[in-house]
Amino acid sequence: MRFLIRRFLFYLAAGFFAITVNFFLPRMMVGDPVQIMFGRFQGRLDPRAYDALRAAFGFVEGESTWEQYVTYLTNLSQGDLGMSLSNFPVPVSEVISASLMWTIRLIGLATIMAFVIGIGLGILAAWKRGKFIDNFVLPVASILGAFPYFWIAMLALYYLAFTAGWFPITHAYDVAIRPDWSSNKFVLSVVYHALLPMATIVLTAFGGWMLGMRNNMIGVLAEDYIVMAQAKGLSDWRVMLVYAARNAILPSLTGFAMALGFVIGGALVVEIVFAYPGIGYTLLNAVNGRDYPLMQGIFLMITLAVLVANFIADVIYVLLDPRAR
Amino acid sequence: MKDLVTGLISLIEILQFPLGIVITPLILRHKEYTRWVWVAGAAAGGALAYLGHTAAPIGGIFLLMVVWFYLLNPFSLLQNRKAVLGIVILTMFIVVAVFADQIAPYDPQQMGTGAPHGPPTWEDQRGNMHIFGTGRTGKDIFSQTVVGARTSLAVGFGAGTIIITLCIIIGITAGYVGGFVDEALSLFTNIFLIIPGLPLIIVVAGWVSRPGPTTIVLVLSFTSWAWGARVLRSQTLVLRNSEFVAAARVSGESTWRIVLFEILPNMTSLVVSSWIGAVVFVILTEATLAYIGLGNPSATSWGGTLYWARNDQALITHAWWTFVPPGACIALVGLSLTLINYGIDEITNPRLRTEGAKAK
Repeated sequence: MRFLIRRFLFYLAAGFFAITVNFFLPRMMVGDPVQIMFGRFQGRLDPRAYDALRAAFGFVEGESTWEQYVTYLTNLSQGDLGMSLSNFPVPVSEVISASLMWTIRLIGLATIMAFVIGIGLGILAAWKRGKFIDNFVLPVASILGAFPYFWIAMLALYYLAFTAGWFPITHAYDVAIRPDWSSNKFVLSVVYHALLPMATIVLTAFGGWMLGMRNNMIGVLAEDYIVMAQAKGLSDWRVMLVYAARNAILPSLTGFAMALGFVIGGALVVEIVFAYPGIGYTLLNAVNGRDYPLMQGIFLMITLAVLVANFIADVIYVLLDPRAR
Repeated sequence: MKDLVTGLISLIEILQFPLGIVITPLILRHKEYTRWVWVAGAAAGGALAYLGHTAAPIGGIFLLMVVWFYLLNPFSLLQNRKAVLGIVILTMFIVVAVFADQIAPYDPQQMGTGAPHGPPTWEDQRGNMHIFGTGRTGKDIFSQTVVGARTSLAVGFGAGTIIITLCIIIGITAGYVGGFVDEALSLFTNIFLIIPGLPLIIVVAGWVSRPGPTTIVLVLSFTSWAWGARVLRSQTLVLRNSEFVAAARVSGESTWRIVLFEILPNMTSLVVSSWIGAVVFVILTEATLAYIGLGNPSATSWGGTLYWARNDQALITHAWWTFVPPGACIALVGLSLTLINYGIDEITNPRLRTEGAKAK
């Protein structure tokens, strides 16, 4: 429990750090950020947006930075991330929540799949050292990890969707179908549209887990208790999964934190390639439209999501490792 | 005076590659110089990245040579098949980057050198050669790919060098000094580790209007050091408690001497592999940023070519030649560096070795 509390406090600090970065970033630019943003829109921006912007970013005339910071924190605590500039006057939080569920479904599922597949293959690769999985699947998978995610996605999109026509080319569902989660047709369409992006994310992400798990496993397999278990005549599966893998998976779980941010970064770009209406695609539009409030809101949301996912990984870690209790 | 400087620079440009290949191993043969050449190589690579893109790949040459000779047994890496393959591919790209101006048949940004989205051809109707075809505005993709190698390697080695310098400073300080300093630096490191890198980089780069390569290098450097710092910190902790460091301490060596001559040289393989990891990360991230439009669209880079391919609807017009070559180059460079890292890993960690007796 003490471990979890300590982790929780750490995530709190990390979240606070991200929020503070978000606050100070526009203020580190030369000149008035609101003016900069306005300049880039060349007067095409609604004048009402100007005041909303000042309020949202806490750029209130005559207030000190500290007072502005407090205003900003107060706004945030009420879930107010400001107004989106490119969709004015829709609040940023609304734009994000519209796309967030798509991303959580797509990336969350893909990450879990990549983790499970990677760990599973890593166990097998270590157990069967020098065999097919170790000599062929592992190098190929790790090499895929060194490839640019978005390029693999582009190739998959071009060859499997555009040229071969096996997969849909854009969006998360068939636009001709009315979005209604109770109709089977719609759900099937959503699954069909998610297949290719998900496959690309899994393909590029599982190699890292696999390599890490294999190397942990090799270390654990050299331990005396593995030899002891085998000498007792336990079955291979039991030794491999219950004795070796259970101990070898712990470093992978703690490594989850580091890898998750990386995987999510890559997955956001995969969304961009497939024009999948999630957070990544919204981020692209925010970048292209110079929609700073939206950009920063998305950064905060992603960071918070990663922190929550990490806390869940910690809880699982405590459940698996009695030493942490 | 100005002519002299230009002449000197072009002389260096022509000579840097043969010189790098010949001189570096010679200096490195003298063991006592190794660590200084290592530091100088890192510094030179970083500094040259700023002097101009033409000179930047020399950083890559230093990296290659140092990797080659770092184990003091020059041939250990050569007996590792993965590392050899990686070194061969990387060398090829470095040669291309250094001689990009001589290799590229056109100015990469010159429009109308061929038909819009013209397919790859040895000779088009006007007698022009476009072996990788042309983009929508008739820019030669082959020239873009060749010159783009320079940007990618320059940004990669430049930012990689800054990152590893930050890692060394932060990691060793935290590990060696310990106590409150360690607590604070570790907290800072862990926070940077957990905050998703790419979104943070996108937000920072988004605020800088049309960031050039130098800005990208700085942004990437100051957001991506955490992983290496953490690895180096834990290794410093191990070394600090070892007997030879204790012996150095009781014999009255200064802290600086212990850190620079006892601890740092014993982490060389770790530092080199973190460095390579950082370079791969930077090259991929730079391409990603350019691809989503957060770069200078008029600068030539692999990510930039991919950005225009997406913007010009290359997928719909089936102009595969606009996005396959630059992406394949990024992938090949990433692959070569990863292979070198595997080689180092297998040599320094014999338990992971799969090639068995052959690698011995």
